[in-house]
Amino acid sequence: MPETELRPEPEALLREVARDGRGRLKVFLGAAPGVGKTYAMLEAARARRNDGVDVVAAVIETHGRLETDALLRGFEIMPRRPVYYRDRILSEMDLDALLARKPALALIDELAHTNAPESRHEKRWQDVEEVLDAGIDVYTTLNVQHIETLNDTVARITGIRVRETVPDAVLQAADEIELVDLTPDELIGRLKAGKVYVPEQAARATQNFFAKGNLTALRELAMRAAADRVDADLRAHMAANAIPGPWPAQERILVCVTEDPSTRDAIRIAKRAADRARAEWIVLSVSSSHSETMTDAAKDAVAASLRLAQRLGAEVATLSAEHDRAEEILNFARRQNVRRIVIGRPPARAFWRAGRSLAATLLRKGEAFEITLTPASDGTRAAGGLRWSILPRNLDLAGYLGAVVAVSVAVGCSFLAERLFPVASLSLIFMTAVITVASRSGMGPAVLASLLGFLCYDFFFVEPRLTFTIYDRSELLTLGLFLASSLVTGNLAARLRARGAAQGAIADRTNKLFNFAGRAAAAAGFDDVVWASVSHVASTLEAESILLAPDVNGELVVVGGFPPEDHIELRDLSAARYAWQTGEPTGHGSDTLPAARWLFLPVSTGNRTLAVLGVAFANEHRFASFDRRLLDALIDQIALALERTLLTEELSQSRLASETERLRTALLSSVSHDLRTPLVTIIGAAESLAETPSLGETARHDLAVNIREEGERLDRYVQNLLDMTRLGHGALSPRTIPIEVADVIGAARHRLRGVLRDHPVDVEVPETLPSVLADPVLTEQVLVNVLDNAAKYAPTGTPVRISARQVGKSVELRIADGGRGIPEEDRDKIFEMFYRVETGDRQRAGTGLGLAISRGLIEAQSGSIRAEPALPDGSGTAILIRLPLAPPEVLP
Amino acid sequence: MTARILIVEDEAPIRRLLRIALEAEGHLVVEASTAREGIAGAARETPSAIILDLGLPDADGITVLQAIREWSTVPVLVLSVRADEADKVAALDAGAQDYVVKPFGVKELLARLRALLRDRSDENMGRSVIEIGEIRMDAAAHTAHRGDEDLKLTRREFDLLWMLMSNAGRLLPQNLILHTIWGPAHTGDAQYLRVYIRQLRAKIGDDASNPRYIFTEAGVGYRFADADTVRVSR
Repeated sequence: MPETELRPEPEALLREVARDGRGRLKVFLGAAPGVGKTYAMLEAARARRNDGVDVVAAVIETHGRLETDALLRGFEIMPRRPVYYRDRILSEMDLDALLARKPALALIDELAHTNAPESRHEKRWQDVEEVLDAGIDVYTTLNVQHIETLNDTVARITGIRVRETVPDAVLQAADEIELVDLTPDELIGRLKAGKVYVPEQAARATQNFFAKGNLTALRELAMRAAADRVDADLRAHMAANAIPGPWPAQERILVCVTEDPSTRDAIRIAKRAADRARAEWIVLSVSSSHSETMTDAAKDAVAASLRLAQRLGAEVATLSAEHDRAEEILNFARRQNVRRIVIGRPPARAFWRAGRSLAATLLRKGEAFEITLTPASDGTRAAGGLRWSILPRNLDLAGYLGAVVAVSVAVGCSFLAERLFPVASLSLIFMTAVITVASRSGMGPAVLASLLGFLCYDFFFVEPRLTFTIYDRSELLTLGLFLASSLVTGNLAARLRARGAAQGAIADRTNKLFNFAGRAAAAAGFDDVVWASVSHVASTLEAESILLAPDVNGELVVVGGFPPEDHIELRDLSAARYAWQTGEPTGHGSDTLPAARWLFLPVSTGNRTLAVLGVAFANEHRFASFDRRLLDALIDQIALALERTLLTEELSQSRLASETERLRTALLSSVSHDLRTPLVTIIGAAESLAETPSLGETARHDLAVNIREEGERLDRYVQNLLDMTRLGHGALSPRTIPIEVADVIGAARHRLRGVLRDHPVDVEVPETLPSVLADPVLTEQVLVNVLDNAAKYAPTGTPVRISARQVGKSVELRIADGGRGIPEEDRDKIFEMFYRVETGDRQRAGTGLGLAISRGLIEAQSGSIRAEPALPDGSGTAILIRLPLAPPEVLP
Repeated sequence: MTARILIVEDEAPIRRLLRIALEAEGHLVVEASTAREGIAGAARETPSAIILDLGLPDADGITVLQAIREWSTVPVLVLSVRADEADKVAALDAGAQDYVVKPFGVKELLARLRALLRDRSDENMGRSVIEIGEIRMDAAAHTAHRGDEDLKLTRREFDLLWMLMSNAGRLLPQNLILHTIWGPAHTGDAQYLRVYIRQLRAKIGDDASNPRYIFTEAGVGYRFADADTVRVSR
């Protein structure tokens, strides 16, 4: 940042803000076990407690040291959580209890500790992260050998490699680091006095580890680590407060990732160099046709290196280079203002290939850069070297055989050709064979083919024949040119082929994504998208896949799987939940709950997590090597597709809610109006009968009839309300039996004899009409509703015509009245609930329920109902009801 | 004709309504408002008929019916809220003679009750001639007439019509008819009955969509109109 603007760096400010609400981390750093880290931590904690801070000792390893034990007295000590693992009981920190207790300050010893399997996190530092996130301050202890980037150095110094490492980022994020220092002599004295607890695994090497030279080196490392931090603190302070400083032009360090095992060392070294130089660092992986044709083991190595780099906080970049990897890297370095390039030293190679390694090329071409070669690491080289050397040989065996066959064929063809066209240039036939081999099998076989071809041509076709001797000088030149050009074309063809394969792989990936985009776009509903997602992920990655989403209660459940799966183990479910809650990859192969069978990845768009996708592979190898970038891209598309369907669903739900609201309002007004109207008549009439003795006989009779008819109306309305409720709850289960349409008409007319008094009823039912399969009670209710309606709308004295006929496999009932009729556009609406209430087209008291319920009742019996004009001129209303035929009757 | 009628019904207004109607007909009325009182009343009062509500506070009406049927064949008329034919069949199977659906018309209830009591009085026993409306049957001569027209009935049609007319006003469950006319093997063959009823209606000139004589209780059975009903529906 050469500009000297006095504005705080936004990112630095953001970091300060982000700290609000998060607990503060203090690390007590020591050079070796026994220097008194825990003791120092407890002393510091006691001071805080005396200041009135709420301190809890979550985990303290006193290792039986008396002074430490004494110091621990008076602290609230949290009980450990027992973990049963392979017949052993391990005691671990009870993370959930600590989070629930929520003290101001928690003491958590030994930051580098590895948790028992099946714990939520693999490492204790991850537990600490969660505690800090919960706003709890943490004091913790750490030995310098556990710092990830120093791990190698310590191993080289002491000869002991510790497996428990803490990422540097954790230490960097610490708000304070206190170096607990003890001179090597004092430490050795304490060791001799038996005051130092020696970890079991280091017991054998104790002599080595606690040698004075080692301790001095470790002490220096610890001091340097602490000093680096002090520097970093200062820098952060300056940046956050916009103190103008002598900012150097931003220097960057570039690490080149190769499949060589030394790459990891290169990454660690670059990290340390970058920290010290306060430089940014970039880890660059170059993909090319070469990388697409790499062995799986090599791909794994590259992927592991990139993961390590990410963990160490590097900026990771990927570059695609076809021709000249070194040149592309150098171009990238120039663009990125890189001064220094770090690359792992390649393993020893045969002398003719030594100059062709990436490292060698970079050294040759990158004169403008400071290039660091890191040593090949001792442990991995032997195994690694063995692996690399066997695999290619196995792979190309067929190619070499092919080369031999091709040359043999060329020899045969040449004999034939010589006889037919004596002057032909036979070398061209061999050239063809070489190109063929090169294009099919790669460089090695091509070279073999050209050598073999050269020898065969010389032996069989160059005078003197059947010897390797050459007389004619010009033939010698021919042979030389032949060898050279066959090598060049072979190389060219092999490279083309590799590039084709690489592009094939890229095209394949693009294709798979494109295919999914198509499928997802075509999927109509949530379930379709789920199915498309799991099946596509499964077939693309050759894995099992599963998708979990919250149900109505917000509980995460399996919504789809391929192969179909609707249940997962509790352990996996809790991993899925964790992924859902935190939005982090969880489960197999991740840092959290690695014991799970599945790897769960959150499916999210923007700030909303929609689902969790789980993948599981048949074996560990596939787990390590699957195409994570392809999966991430697929997940993005799944998220988009899911969000689309969810949005649609939410929209239709809000529509449904407003529709329900409208119905509720209509129902309330209907109930209050239509229940009360008959009651007014009944109460009034009954009162008149009881209180007015002077009423004449006819008047009394009329009032009584009035009461009865209004009572019957009320009964019909109540029945409709009941049916509506039953329809609404899906509690309506029609009991269909064969019934005669005429019987139902008779029953309905009987019930409506009062209503139909003013209308002649014409019934036309053929005697031969077959029975229908229907529920007699429900069908009678439908007919009562329809007839009631007809009587209500038809002018007094006009007939109601009922007819029935067989139409195909059903019977059609037609009830026609002589009313005004229904406009065509409203003909379907009359079957909607409270239709009349809505239009306000009220002629007589009515509920607006009858026809809607009739449709419900008829459709529940597999029938249909519709309306049409009764007469060709459009007047009148006819309701047509279709009911299925009963099975044919057998005469006795 | 005075009879002692037991009303088992928990709703006081309905009991009052029934008491007024029944006493106007000249019957003696005994009331019970719970299942327990109902069973005790049926034993103590030896009623000629029982009107039994199915929805009682302390037990299901069907339970009362089954308890009474253990020692008594007294006719029972069941009252129930509008129900499926399955519920009606269940009540009939448990031993009820007939049912009336709430809300009911008093006239209809009295007609049903009258039919039950008449049946009790052995009015029809030993008779060889029955005449209802225009239909006249002579069992001895094995003839059936509608007015002056000789109805040419088959043997089965004659048996069926005789069974219906001799139980006029009473509900005949279809299984009972099938069992009596076709024999025990044909119980459940409801379609036989439907076909015969249809033929019978055609011959006696009855219209199912506006019946005078044969009333269908869909899924339950049939009822032949009694003399009063025929006169009213004229």
